[in-house]
Amino acid sequence: MKRLIKEFTKGIAIENPTFGLVLGLCPTLAVSTSVVNALGMGAAATFVLLGSNIIISAVRKVIPDQIRIPCYIVIIATFVTIVELIMKAFLPVLNAALGIFVPLIVVNCIVLGRAEAFASKNNIVHSIADALGMGLGFTLALCIIASIREILGAGKFLGFSLIPGFEPAIMLILAPGALLTMGLLIGLVNYWHLRKKSGKPEGSGLASDSQSHKPEGGGLPSDRQSQKEIRRAGCNGCG
Amino acid sequence: MQGKLEVGFAPHIHTRESVAKVMWQVFFSLIPAGIAGVYIFGLPALRVILISVFSCVITEALIQKLRHKKITLGDGSAALTGLLLAYNLSPSVPFWIPLAGGLFAIAICKQAFGGLGANIFNPALAARAFLLASWPKQMTDFVRPFTLDAISSATPLAMLKEGKVAALSDMGLSYWDLFLGRRSGCLGEVCILALALGVVYLLWKGYIWPQTPAGFIVTLGALSWVFGAKGYFQGDFLFSILSGGVILGAFFMATDYVTTPLTKKGQLVFGAGCGALAFVIRGFGGYPEGVSYSILIMNAVVPLIDRYVRPRRYGAK
Repeated sequence: MKRLIKEFTKGIAIENPTFGLVLGLCPTLAVSTSVVNALGMGAAATFVLLGSNIIISAVRKVIPDQIRIPCYIVIIATFVTIVELIMKAFLPVLNAALGIFVPLIVVNCIVLGRAEAFASKNNIVHSIADALGMGLGFTLALCIIASIREILGAGKFLGFSLIPGFEPAIMLILAPGALLTMGLLIGLVNYWHLRKKSGKPEGSGLASDSQSHKPEGGGLPSDRQSQKEIRRAGCNGCG
Repeated sequence: MQGKLEVGFAPHIHTRESVAKVMWQVFFSLIPAGIAGVYIFGLPALRVILISVFSCVITEALIQKLRHKKITLGDGSAALTGLLLAYNLSPSVPFWIPLAGGLFAIAICKQAFGGLGANIFNPALAARAFLLASWPKQMTDFVRPFTLDAISSATPLAMLKEGKVAALSDMGLSYWDLFLGRRSGCLGEVCILALALGVVYLLWKGYIWPQTPAGFIVTLGALSWVFGAKGYFQGDFLFSILSGGVILGAFFMATDYVTTPLTKKGQLVFGAGCGALAFVIRGFGGYPEGVSYSILIMNAVVPLIDRYVRPRRYGAK
């Protein structure tokens, strides 16, 4: 039970896919223009993550090591198709707003990363906890970025106008606003980690940060490492 | 800071130069242009200048306080950024534009990179780019000076861009008007005469070097002359230089110590790149004026320039 809670919470805080692992940047930057889009994207990704983690964990002993990535992709693509068809049928407006980024969940680094780093090595129950934690962490991160961008860039929240007479800064809902918000938030998160570690914020950089957060003994020594490998392999370019 | 650094044997003579002194010298050399701006556009210009400087200084103090760093308002760099930002704004902007601009310039473009000396982009110009992208309507609302009512009027470059006029005389302006600042535009860029006073002082004292501005102005002017009009060699050299923010940009912003190359050769390349980019943006881009963007783009290339024009080490082949 303790392990379950740990697998669930790590995705929300320390190994948050957006702020900690810095995976899945494409959808993060592209759909975080409004909170509604962020919620829709987060829910879709969480569903795909959950489905793919369950199936991959269930068949992990059957898949030959050499062709595991194509197998994962086929499984992930199945769930993405389900999500896309459901969205087209019941939420056409949201589907239009998210556009190409719904089918692109197939190559989302978070989904593939969790399959490779976690679901292929752990049992189904733990994989479910991992998928839910990571999905929730991704949704939360998206919502935080989208709230900032929607309030400052469009003067609205969830589509409702907030302050009359406020001139929103259009730049924040354009592409540079996404990068700016994201960069500042990652900076804040790193600052917070450093502060928690040493009590005094000194120096900077992800390098020292990521080293200090290697999972403690008994955890998953290869987890963060393989996430990094995936990132290095260039997955981030597309998803 | 400029040119090659030569370290001789001790004892060394100490000159009384410091970052603070250089910053304040540049600040004071910009004062005539500010006075001219206030004279041309009236009190709204003064309001923009004061709010912008105030916003930059307060932001700098606040962030240095939050970061538990020494508060270095005395070195004048924040005030200089504020002044340059104000000079890049239309005098008729609402009060919160310079306020937001100063905040962005110092908080995001300067302190987020680590403070003075660590920023990649010129803070004042980056803030102007932010303001223009965020509030395009307010930022491009220019007034024509010396008319009874405040009449909104396009800048000469904007008129050229719209294609309604082909030559300076069609706009009802002469070169003399452009030189003295009798045209609509940003409050610090219009009066070339006042800017020239500051430029002469800085060049004479050696605080800025002529390489960057020369490269900038010659490249932009030559390209405009050759390709600026319908036929070749028909363009207007003087107009391309006196209109827009070329003089302000070339002498006061492209010569910023932090964000430009270290060697003289590098500065020449930097200036020429700025001029070429400014011409391309003016001629083919979406905006009528490209000086600020050209400097920002070249800021990003500075490490590359510095790498390729590195001076030869003594004894090395």
